[in-house]
Amino acid sequence: MQEELIKRAKELLADGTVARVLGWKAGDLPYNPEPSYFENEDQLKNFVYNGFCGANLSKYMIEASKLEGKTLVFLKPCDTYSFNQLIKEHRVDREKAFIIGVGCKGKLSIEKIREQGIKGIESITGAEMTDDAETLTIQTIYGEKTCTYASAMLGRCHVCKGKEHQVYDELIGESKDTKDADRFAEVEKIEAMSPEERFAFFQNELSKCIRCNACRNVCPACSCRKCVFDSTKFDSAQKANVDDFEEKMFHIIRAFHVAGRCTDCGECSRVCPQGIPLHLFNRKFIKDIDKFYGEYQAGEDTDSKAPLTNFTFDDVEPSIVGERG
Amino acid sequence: MSIENTEFRPKIVAFCCNWCSYAGADLAGSSRLVYPADVKIIRVPCSCRVNPMFILRAFEKGADGVIMCGCHPGDCHYSTGNYYARRRMTLLFSMLDFIGVENGRTRVEWVSAAEGVKFSQTMNEFAEKIHSLGKNVRLEDLRCRKN
Amino acid sequence: MQRIGVFVCHCGSNIAATVDVKKVVEMAKLEPGVVHAEDYQYMCSEAGQAKIDAAIKEKGLTGMVVCSCSPRMHETTFRKAAERAGLNPYMVEIANIREHCSWIHKDMEEATKKAVILMRAAVAKVNLNAPLQPGESRVTKRALVIGGGIAGIQTAIDIADAGYEVDIVEKEPSIGGRMSQIDKTFPTLDCSACILTPKMVEASAHEKITLYTYSEVEKVSGFVGDFTVDIRKKARSVDMDKCTGCGVCQEKCPSKKTPSEFNRGLSNRSAIYTPFAQAIPNVPVIDREHCIKFKTGKCGVCSKVCQAGAIDYDQKDEIITQKYGAIVVATGFDMIKLDKYDEYAYNQSPDVITSLELERIMNAAGPTKGHLERMSDHKAPKKMVFVQCVGSRCSDERGKSYCSKICCMYTAKHAMLIRDKYPDVDVTVFYIDVRTPGKNFDEFYRRAVEEYGVHYIKGQVGKVVPQENGQLLVQASDLLDNKQILMEADMVVLAAAIEPNPDVRKIATMLTASIDTNNFLTEAHAKLRPVESPTAGIFLSGVCQGPKDIPETVSQAGAAAVKAIGLLAKDKLMTNPCTAKPDELLCNGCSTCANVCPYGAISYIDKEVNDHGIREVRRIAQVNSALCQGCGACTVACPSGSMDLQGFSNRQILAEVDAICR
Repeated sequence: MQEELIKRAKELLADGTVARVLGWKAGDLPYNPEPSYFENEDQLKNFVYNGFCGANLSKYMIEASKLEGKTLVFLKPCDTYSFNQLIKEHRVDREKAFIIGVGCKGKLSIEKIREQGIKGIESITGAEMTDDAETLTIQTIYGEKTCTYASAMLGRCHVCKGKEHQVYDELIGESKDTKDADRFAEVEKIEAMSPEERFAFFQNELSKCIRCNACRNVCPACSCRKCVFDSTKFDSAQKANVDDFEEKMFHIIRAFHVAGRCTDCGECSRVCPQGIPLHLFNRKFIKDIDKFYGEYQAGEDTDSKAPLTNFTFDDVEPSIVGERG
Repeated sequence: MSIENTEFRPKIVAFCCNWCSYAGADLAGSSRLVYPADVKIIRVPCSCRVNPMFILRAFEKGADGVIMCGCHPGDCHYSTGNYYARRRMTLLFSMLDFIGVENGRTRVEWVSAAEGVKFSQTMNEFAEKIHSLGKNVRLEDLRCRKN
Repeated sequence: MQRIGVFVCHCGSNIAATVDVKKVVEMAKLEPGVVHAEDYQYMCSEAGQAKIDAAIKEKGLTGMVVCSCSPRMHETTFRKAAERAGLNPYMVEIANIREHCSWIHKDMEEATKKAVILMRAAVAKVNLNAPLQPGESRVTKRALVIGGGIAGIQTAIDIADAGYEVDIVEKEPSIGGRMSQIDKTFPTLDCSACILTPKMVEASAHEKITLYTYSEVEKVSGFVGDFTVDIRKKARSVDMDKCTGCGVCQEKCPSKKTPSEFNRGLSNRSAIYTPFAQAIPNVPVIDREHCIKFKTGKCGVCSKVCQAGAIDYDQKDEIITQKYGAIVVATGFDMIKLDKYDEYAYNQSPDVITSLELERIMNAAGPTKGHLERMSDHKAPKKMVFVQCVGSRCSDERGKSYCSKICCMYTAKHAMLIRDKYPDVDVTVFYIDVRTPGKNFDEFYRRAVEEYGVHYIKGQVGKVVPQENGQLLVQASDLLDNKQILMEADMVVLAAAIEPNPDVRKIATMLTASIDTNNFLTEAHAKLRPVESPTAGIFLSGVCQGPKDIPETVSQAGAAAVKAIGLLAKDKLMTNPCTAKPDELLCNGCSTCANVCPYGAISYIDKEVNDHGIREVRRIAQVNSALCQGCGACTVACPSGSMDLQGFSNRQILAEVDAICR
């Protein structure tokens, strides 16, 4: 599929349809491709598209929308939700984007491979998205290892929103719905704990937070020009964490600010260097929104009213939180 | 002012909308309906002015309970403010509960300008609840603690 | 850094009795930015305001905090005082240490501590205040009067005479209210209808007055000077333009078993009816609940007999939307229900009646054509007992804690009228106190006792027992002679307490006007602003504000009219400058704020900004401050914190939070 994408990108650049290409280029390791602009044929040599291209490129379109000419952007099915949401919030210009919906059969996590005891990785085959490979073959300094594709997938792919692209100009490649788990199972597991256990769980997770802001920077919904945690508006300008409430406050407010706007793309958890399951906050809000106000998927369209800018006369009262027991 | 205060005196912040609940609190006052002095009221124009940041900040700075009062749904001075507030607070409280903060520490009550009695009763109940939950050790900023 | 003055009011002993005001002053001096602090007996008085004036000028204050009563009471007073001294009025904050502190806490130490904290919060806030300039809004030169009794009629006439359009909304088919049910009025004993009906005619004929009878206020939005009201004109089933008021339909209507509301259920009316003969408008309504045509589909007699062809069974409720600058509430009162007073046998015996029922019996147009008779056997009574304070001045939950004010006088009136017309009837009045403050009132009462020989006994009736012989056995105590009394009576008249019209709660809610625990509308100030609601643009007329008799009601109605006229006479009002304001550099242009704005005050423009050297055209929110009412919904919806509310900014509120929690 990678070659097909490069071919089409070259064509679109050549005929002047687009001024640049937004895609992924190979990183210094076989499993860390990174988002990149390509402005000519020569640069496209470095273009990659494989199982490790988890990065959601829609947020980059905010800046790309300001540039001269159209930008060709490759979006996976789940990325298109984010793009739609950004259209809705007037953050990207649909006219400035030429969207190729790329096929996806689940994205891989190097952490998931390492968790299986596979260390010293030199190269990986089976992640190229060229065939129906169900198995990854990994060359390590300790010899060849294998694992199933599914076992190496990002957590978010196990609760895949589906193989359909929500917005695109062209489609290239087949997609696969990789959902094999319940979206809210993790949230429910925590809900079932006692308050003390829940407190201990989040205390443990969030105490790892180093406030690197990777979650914020990658999040397509966190698209503010200036975050409230960087501004003087709330006396909340970022400073070193000195107590264990600040990161809670940061993550609660971050999740609250994207509540009803978060498409559940899972990028926050993917990029967290500390491995904090940050998507749990967002997913908790999504679960509550679905339950209290009816099912809602952000990014499914560009004109519906978001749950927090909407209401009904007989909405549940906040006391439901206590009554639920 | 030399209270040897070994007894737990909770810090309770009450956000009251100007039109209904603040007036309800005034009525509680003019009707001399007693409630604990632990409750301190902050006047906001509408319950929809209450930012979750304010509530978290109160906890961060050592509040033991935060209550928000507004006009009854349907009676908002600005027509719709309390409906938005209701959704916001429902989600925020649910999240606080999710991360293990006792949900009794947060409350929303709709109090009209005529409900001085309800205001006083609500504050008495809430103060009692916070008393039973004790000091809020899960949320406060440890730097603010004086012991 | 601000230069802040803190002024602590004693409010006589209202605050000073429970809050150590000197301590508050002392603590205030320690707060950052505070350069002046003092206390005074009455800060709101001229002398108090002079102190504020002097301090602002001498100390060059840039902000001030008044620790006093509720800002709903005197914020405006102090803002004006500040303005006169050259300080922007929005640099004033109030710490409410009366309603929220001294009045509810008993312990001085505790109350003082709280007062200090409230002071600190206000100081912290004022440190972040910025001068604000009010805008202007227009005034719709039309008033709405809710209720068409004597209060509403008088208010409407007075406003209309000043040259403004007035609409009266009355839920009954006719205007007139309680006064139309009354036979004679004290202390002059002139006929109620004779003085009321000309007023009704005047209101209906006035070119500036529009009557909406059989109508109710359904929805109110907007604010002072610019209210928008939906009025539901209920389907009368009679075309008001065609009806000639001949009354044939009422005569011929076969459904005549409905208790007459106007006669308090003492007689029956037809399903198509006008409440009383002098009704205005003199157009009947069909009571669809009791109309045979509406119940079974068969009948239609009224339609057949109506020469004018005015009957319209298909008429639908109509919603009229109108804009008003001022709204006057004149919803009046009703008698309390006596269901819980079994001891007076009101529900057991038809000869135990309320005073208002007696009015109807005494009235020539009433159920007995004005003959005093028992409702059970239509015999003339020989012995009548009046019981005062039934449900008034009541300590238990069955009644009202307040004095209904009018009962002593109307009972004296009843007793006098009966003794005058039927000298052979023996009249006894049981009372707790006889309260007769008012011009010629005590003289009136004394005439009842001295000239008309009415027996007044201080004591309460414990029980009224219907006897087999049709008599009523009255058990009472005579407190002055300290003895028990057992007496037989032919009729017992209960002076039932009056209560605000039950609909007032709904109306107050729509208007966001405060009401007290007894459902009386609250005044902006009990003494100084007795005809205004604390909600701007809402005025109070008549018993909806508290018990009063007719002359008092008429005076208050006039006063409410004057206040409304004062408002309508203005072309523009200064608007609250506490409106939302976006920070251009932080705005994402995401439209979230506009989605929650109830006033459509937010729009977007493409504007070139200079963001720390980056020049670019951005989509940016703009607030129309004439439309913005300052609710703050947008400020919370805004994820970046770009949108903030002037006067209640994020940093100001957080400063209060911090001050309270520190």
